[in-house]
Amino acid sequence: MAPMAVRSRTSRGPGRVRNYGPAYAGPAGIWLTVFFVAPLLVIVAYSFMAKGLYGGVEPRFSLEAYRSLANSVFLRVSMNTLGISLVTTVLAILIALPCGYYMARSNRKTLLLMLVIIPFWTNFLIRIYAWIAILGNNGFLNALLLRAGIVAAPVQFLYNQVAVTIVLVYTYLPYAILPLYSTIEKFDFSLLEAARDLGCTRRGAIFRVLLPNIRAGIITAVLFVFIPTFGAYAVPLLVGGKESYMLGNFVAEELTRTRNWPLASAISMVITLVTTLGLWLMFRLQGKAPQAKDPARSGGERRAP
Amino acid sequence: MRVVKGRGFSRTVFFLTMGFLFLPLVVLIVYSFNSAKSMSWGGFSLVWYERLFLKERNVWKAFENSLIIAVSSAAVATCLGTLGAIGVNWYKFRFKKYVQAVAFLPLIMPEIIIGVSLLIFFAGIQMKLGLLTIFIAHTSFNLPFVFLMVLARLDEFDYSIIEASRDLGATERQTLFKVILPVSVPGIVSGFLTAVTLSLEDFVITFFVSGPGSTTLPLYVYSMIRFGVSPVINSLSVVLIAGTVLITLLARNFLKYIAQK
Repeated sequence: MAPMAVRSRTSRGPGRVRNYGPAYAGPAGIWLTVFFVAPLLVIVAYSFMAKGLYGGVEPRFSLEAYRSLANSVFLRVSMNTLGISLVTTVLAILIALPCGYYMARSNRKTLLLMLVIIPFWTNFLIRIYAWIAILGNNGFLNALLLRAGIVAAPVQFLYNQVAVTIVLVYTYLPYAILPLYSTIEKFDFSLLEAARDLGCTRRGAIFRVLLPNIRAGIITAVLFVFIPTFGAYAVPLLVGGKESYMLGNFVAEELTRTRNWPLASAISMVITLVTTLGLWLMFRLQGKAPQAKDPARSGGERRAP
Repeated sequence: MRVVKGRGFSRTVFFLTMGFLFLPLVVLIVYSFNSAKSMSWGGFSLVWYERLFLKERNVWKAFENSLIIAVSSAAVATCLGTLGAIGVNWYKFRFKKYVQAVAFLPLIMPEIIIGVSLLIFFAGIQMKLGLLTIFIAHTSFNLPFVFLMVLARLDEFDYSIIEASRDLGATERQTLFKVILPVSVPGIVSGFLTAVTLSLEDFVITFFVSGPGSTTLPLYVYSMIRFGVSPVINSLSVVLIAGTVLITLLARNFLKYIAQK
């Protein structure tokens, strides 16, 4: 970080350059304070207030909302949400690792990147709808199965946890592939050959050389998939059923239907806490990653693709 | 060098994954040309395209709303985000850490939290839900993306040019317009494009902060899925997918062009 010293305004000639920092960053800071930080503070405050008679809140301190979280419905939905998002994350990473590896070693990286980006940029709801068109009772898969005579009546593929997990993996897979690809791309592959020359098995080289070196990418990918799936709303709403209800749906229900705003705020706090916890855990893991073992930078030259 | 053992496995997984990623898109494209209303094949037809372009006025109204919001929120987010990135990158000041933190947090906050908190906030200040609230919400989640992209660009260029510009007597404004902004153009352009895309794409946050008469395209698609699926949605999907492919190609070529300049 050599430029830091140069950048320090105090080292400049006397009074020549004013500090315009606040003038530049001020508008963005104010905008985000008003429309991002303030709303968050409002829901923190609301979660500690009592429910108003007709929606809204009564401005007095109350732990009622948090107390009402201690029931079996909330626990079941929470466990469900955690389960679905963990399974989705693991599946996405397991699929994305070989994909990222293949892309990083390919000669046509740009083309493969485009292939991943096109479905990723296609409208989110269109992608969900496409899965309804495939898995629905009158959908593509059932039409196929019926015609082939494998089933006599349409099978209900939608509205369960499996459908929610499939669509979530589909939606967030590019979020895992892209960071993994960019980390693997920087990896010095001659290290793998060196490990093999030194008598390591293929699998050993992958697990003991490649994976530890792309740890940062894996952590990013885990966060990119886990955080949005833990707060998923649209996917369980459209392809899920009662038993695949997730916390996001719970919040929306309390907000718009039951109009219990303190409870909606309290559940939002739970979602925020869990994602923050996940983030903290991953950053800690990243902090523990072996330092000075960054061959991509210390090795000097990178292998030509 | 060509013979790398074990590429077979990753290749297989990659192509299977591409199949998985593209299958839904292909199914939509094929069925958009189906004359029958169901998923059984009734012959080739353009009837759903005809319906989309000639009869479905609401789709186009929703598309118009989406475009207005995407362009306006991306423009405002680009201005605020670019200036913010320049300030944070170039100066030291009291609230620098705070600005960095609030420009990072929205990226890692689940969308539903942003949507819910904004809805409660707008209700609190008694602001009527509509295009304006959607614009505010979109600007807020777009700003951090532009900020980070411009910051990344600023981080990689040579600071001595700015020193040189100052030493040669340029004022702050001259340095901004003649040095800093021109070098940041790739970051600004990709930030703006990302912002437009994210805005056109967003469903969850928009869902919470929209009001009557402010239906955007994703909200319209949602109501089509929820309340009565008409095959028009297939043809609409194909038009959107084609748009996506086109924009992806254009953006790539544009960025390439800038990079070469």
